[in-house]
Amino acid sequence: MSAAPDHNPTMAQTTLVQRLEPHAPVLLVLGLMILGLIAIPSTSSWLTLTVSGLAMGMMIFIMASGLTLVFGLMDVINFGHGAFVSVGAFVGVSLLLGLEHMTGAPSLALNLTAMLVAILGAMVATGLMGWAFEKVIVKPVYGHHLKQILVTMGGLIVVEQLIIVLWGPEEIYITRPEALKGAVTFAGAAIEKYRLVAVGIGAVVFLGMRWVLRSTKIGLIVRAGVENGEMVEALGYRLRLVFVGVFLAGSALAGLGGVLWGLYQEVITAHMGNQSMILIFIVVIIGGLGSVEGCFIGALMVGLLQNYVAFLEPKVALISNIGLMVAILMWRPQGMIPVVKAK
Amino acid sequence: MLNKLLSGDMPRSKILAVLLLGILICLAFAPFLFPGVRSVDTAARICVFIILVASYDLMLGYGGIVSFAHTMFFGLGAYGVALASTHMGRGFDALLVGSVSGALIAALLALVIGLFSLRVRAIFFAMITLAIASAVAVLVSQMSGLTGGEDGLSYKIPRELGPAFKFYDGTVLGVKMNGKLLKYYLVFFSCLALFLFMLRVVHSPFGRVLLAIRENDFRAEAIGYRVVHYRVAATCLSAAMAALAGSLYAIWLRYVGPDTSLSMEIMIDILLMVVIGGMGTMYGAVIGATLFVLAQNYLQGLMNVAADAVSGLPLLPDLLNADRWLLWLGVLFILSVYFFPTGIVGRLRKGR
Repeated sequence: MSAAPDHNPTMAQTTLVQRLEPHAPVLLVLGLMILGLIAIPSTSSWLTLTVSGLAMGMMIFIMASGLTLVFGLMDVINFGHGAFVSVGAFVGVSLLLGLEHMTGAPSLALNLTAMLVAILGAMVATGLMGWAFEKVIVKPVYGHHLKQILVTMGGLIVVEQLIIVLWGPEEIYITRPEALKGAVTFAGAAIEKYRLVAVGIGAVVFLGMRWVLRSTKIGLIVRAGVENGEMVEALGYRLRLVFVGVFLAGSALAGLGGVLWGLYQEVITAHMGNQSMILIFIVVIIGGLGSVEGCFIGALMVGLLQNYVAFLEPKVALISNIGLMVAILMWRPQGMIPVVKAK
Repeated sequence: MLNKLLSGDMPRSKILAVLLLGILICLAFAPFLFPGVRSVDTAARICVFIILVASYDLMLGYGGIVSFAHTMFFGLGAYGVALASTHMGRGFDALLVGSVSGALIAALLALVIGLFSLRVRAIFFAMITLAIASAVAVLVSQMSGLTGGEDGLSYKIPRELGPAFKFYDGTVLGVKMNGKLLKYYLVFFSCLALFLFMLRVVHSPFGRVLLAIRENDFRAEAIGYRVVHYRVAATCLSAAMAALAGSLYAIWLRYVGPDTSLSMEIMIDILLMVVIGGMGTMYGAVIGATLFVLAQNYLQGLMNVAADAVSGLPLLPDLLNADRWLLWLGVLFILSVYFFPTGIVGRLRKGR
């Protein structure tokens, strides 16, 4: 028999690095901002870029959050998620165009009401669509990743084409509501008003989602379902129903993101969902599939980096995101905040 | 002999055998059977797409890996030939250098992407390839100095492959014996050789292991096969094959541009061809590509006729418009994934 291993407990103070490590993802965002401050010569343009980066990140987060939750909960990967973005944008923009007397008026209250109506309309439409999408397209292929990818991709194609049938093949141009046009100047930096609104909405959505996930019963079930679905079902909860709800909510959020994104770009096309999928996937992979916090941090990083790089070296902007993804995957192959599955 | 040539994978269905033989004969004698620029063009396109789809099937049907970067590899081969021909001057050496370097770069890129994503989860691969492929497409259209941007590149190929070169005066069966004919047969025989090679690969021990991984990767790993290595190898091989198909297409067209070689539409076409033909059988690629390219070239006219016929009704003409071709394909695609996951070939073999 071999002797028992030596056991000499020692007291060691945790080093600074060790204490910082759990917060590494958040620190990365701050680090990126500081790096941007060093690389960009003038502080005022840095401020402008940071705000627009945050706005972009918030919008990507809103679009991506549903995808990552759906994956975490039911192991369903939805390549058709971009379809909700497109539909949301088209419904929202159509409503805004219909409410021209409200968006054209120079009153902030009227403008915001019109936007609220458009956003709610888009969210209801995409929520219903998400419910139908789940029933018709996703349900028959549970547990088959390969088929899920193929079928949801097919769904994306069909929805894209249906948009063209209903709204015509031309891109639709839209101007932002009157009071949200233009920029405010702060510390010498011009900051577009709309971007501030986007940052505000994004922050509200993130905090709301965090609150739901952390402080409500349904959030508890969802989080438990992500970690160990079988156990939650064994305790008597119908995870399927929860999943349909999450899918619906995720689709509605994608629709909200679509409206915001459409107004941000001031032009919408049927392919915008497909295009946004690229950024959404990058963000979801960076953050760790299934993790909402990771998705949020990833989205902010992608938004900031894209804006900084586009300012410094326009041609490298898209590649920079891929580079970021590769770097993160080298550091943590499962993404920044990996979801621990109890299996 | 035949058994050996087909690597022991006989069609195993009378209808399938007849179909395959018919396609082979039609393609082999296309310039004589269907004279005319457009039909020969279609035949060459079918040849190239058979290889492209078969190479995709190597990854999807045998490896169980979904990639959205297959057009990127296809484009790498095409741009390889185009760049070599522009910078080295016309000549067969340029074609060779272009094809080989295109295939090598494609395989290398596949290796890098595969090592990054496949070691974590196979679905990462689908997402990462989608992102990278679109980034490459943007890059190609931005680097107009090198790639010609959106306009693409036109270049000269060796004189022996052009219509001005006559190796026999007069005609045979009404077909001029010129370089264009040679070019068609270059494409045809290259594709035939590549196809037989891939058939060989999927029936080799390597292909068997891939199938085992597709069915149950956990078990394959437990038996002692390094799943990641096999998957990455399949990806690299598939990428190289796609690049070679791209090179052949570039030789045939004497032009490359983002639309002909890199666009997302081609990627969707490939997906449809694989699924409709039948995943996990090389013959599925043949049937799928042939049907699809024929339909693409000739069925769209039919849709226009239908749209005209219902022009008085609301919405219907829009739905039947030839531009909405993808809509119906998408529906067909979803239905075939649900109800015919083995595609046409799988159906035929089962119904024997």
